[in-house]
Amino acid sequence: MTTATTTPVRKSRKPWTPSQIVLTLLGVAVSAVFLAPIAAALLTSLKSEAEAAEIPPHWLPKVWTGQAWKGLWETGNITNWFVNSLVVSVLVTAVVVTVAALAGYGFARTEFKGKSVLMGVVMAGLMISPAVLGVPLFTTVQQMGMVDTYWGMILPQCAPAAMVYILYKFFQGIPRELEEAAFIDGAGRWRVFFTIIVPLSRPSLSAVGIFTFIASWNNFLWPYMVTNNPDLMTMPNGIATVMNSYGIQWAQLMAGGLMAGLPLIIVFVFFQRQIVAGVAHTGLAGQ
Amino acid sequence: MTTSAETVIAPARVKTAATATVRRKQGFQHGGWFVAPFLALFVLFVVWPLLRGVYLSFTDANISGDSASFVGLDNYREALNDQAMWDALGHSAYFTLLVVPCITVLAFLLAMLAHHIERGKWLWRLCFFVPFLLPSTVAANMWQWLFTQGIGLFNETFGLDTPWLTDKSYAMLAIVIATLWWTVGFSFLLYLAALQGIPDHLYEAAELDGANAWHRMVHITLPMLRHITGLVIALQILASLQLFDQAVVMMDFGPGPEISTRSFVQYTLEQGFTSYRVGYASAMSIIFFVIIAAVALARMALLRNREEGGR
Repeated sequence: MTTATTTPVRKSRKPWTPSQIVLTLLGVAVSAVFLAPIAAALLTSLKSEAEAAEIPPHWLPKVWTGQAWKGLWETGNITNWFVNSLVVSVLVTAVVVTVAALAGYGFARTEFKGKSVLMGVVMAGLMISPAVLGVPLFTTVQQMGMVDTYWGMILPQCAPAAMVYILYKFFQGIPRELEEAAFIDGAGRWRVFFTIIVPLSRPSLSAVGIFTFIASWNNFLWPYMVTNNPDLMTMPNGIATVMNSYGIQWAQLMAGGLMAGLPLIIVFVFFQRQIVAGVAHTGLAGQ
Repeated sequence: MTTSAETVIAPARVKTAATATVRRKQGFQHGGWFVAPFLALFVLFVVWPLLRGVYLSFTDANISGDSASFVGLDNYREALNDQAMWDALGHSAYFTLLVVPCITVLAFLLAMLAHHIERGKWLWRLCFFVPFLLPSTVAANMWQWLFTQGIGLFNETFGLDTPWLTDKSYAMLAIVIATLWWTVGFSFLLYLAALQGIPDHLYEAAELDGANAWHRMVHITLPMLRHITGLVIALQILASLQLFDQAVVMMDFGPGPEISTRSFVQYTLEQGFTSYRVGYASAMSIIFFVIIAAVALARMALLRNREEGGR
């Protein structure tokens, strides 16, 4: 993030060859297809409810109005949902990054009894998600008295074996000599971890953090199972379940949807270089 | 690399190397505490529910968990004879068969396009990836509205009058189209990163040897992307088999026209939360876990065979 300011802004003007022109036009056409549904949602959110349900439909509003957006604030629990989403996603991300980094390092670089067995169990965990084990997971959480609580929403999302695996792979690639030198100088394991490993792994850790945040912000199934209380719902949940239950008001639904999606789009615009580099770095894209 | 100076100081180095090994052992030993926090969460929310699911699957437990009695293999016997379960599994499998090849090809083509356009790289990345940033429910709501007969812009734009959401033969197709648009960005990003990782000198050498664009793609790009293709396919199969969000939201939380889009996950949750049959739903969860594990193991076996064959 800090390097962004020091990166020299180099704009080498590349020539427009015929093949580049064709490719760019193709890119524009494909992008238009990709953005069309979002544009349609935005335009619909600026129509009145009556106009949004008109037959035949049309792309541009005849009368532009912010009524749906205003209605969203007045009638919905939208600020509640937004805060809930933020609390849940931020806490999940913080816990996952911490816990997965420690575990990834432990598996990659330390020895202890039963390590290979535990590693095997965690790898098996790659195949288990709330979708696969929804009902037993729900009864477990219910037994712990965490249904309709923040903890019930947060903690079950905090054990992603995939993130441990990604960081494990990455830590294995760091040369051992770096740590050995520090051990010889008398540094302890924890100190080596925090002063050498963590700073070296910043790109991978931020990639894991960003992907966890995206997954948690967008998670529908688990919060859907574990909360019934509209005050506790997250954005995707509240919008899909509560707003649908009124009978669908399309303009308002589109406005709500865009609001639920907007934070991540902003995150991506700012962090896209880290995200793409992170995909390459974490070895997700490598062998 | 051995210089004479190094040979001279060799005895001293042997000694430090020996102490270093001791220190290294001290440094790397007893790492259990690093793993402990993750393991605690993992046991509580993955291992324990799995074991509990196995136990519940042999009982007739209901949602409140009381008065459960042991019923042996009855739940499994019932599930295997339950046509609705097989139908739901069929819907998930059909969805997977449609989505996986389309996503793989589409993601590859988009990545090639974004990789080869020299200007505005960030813009293409953003455009192709942005749908993936939307919550599944939002993407599903958008497409539900686009596909609604009469007021939807999809039919209007293409001059069709297709009953996408209300006809058995189109409903799953509508979900597939929405899913392609929504999720292709992730695989696109994996392909893009892999393309950027192919060393330029390979292409330069090929060009010198007179290889045209088609040859370069077939003999360099595609073989270099073999690993990432395997990964994309594996991740997509596992994700697609778990179909739930898009389908329920697009079908207004119902099972679709003539129960044609009810996925395996949806049927399991219905049994657990709507019919309050936790024991039965747990048995289906375990069956589903076995299916997913079988797919993952099959993939590993295939990969091993291929690697051995390649050698």
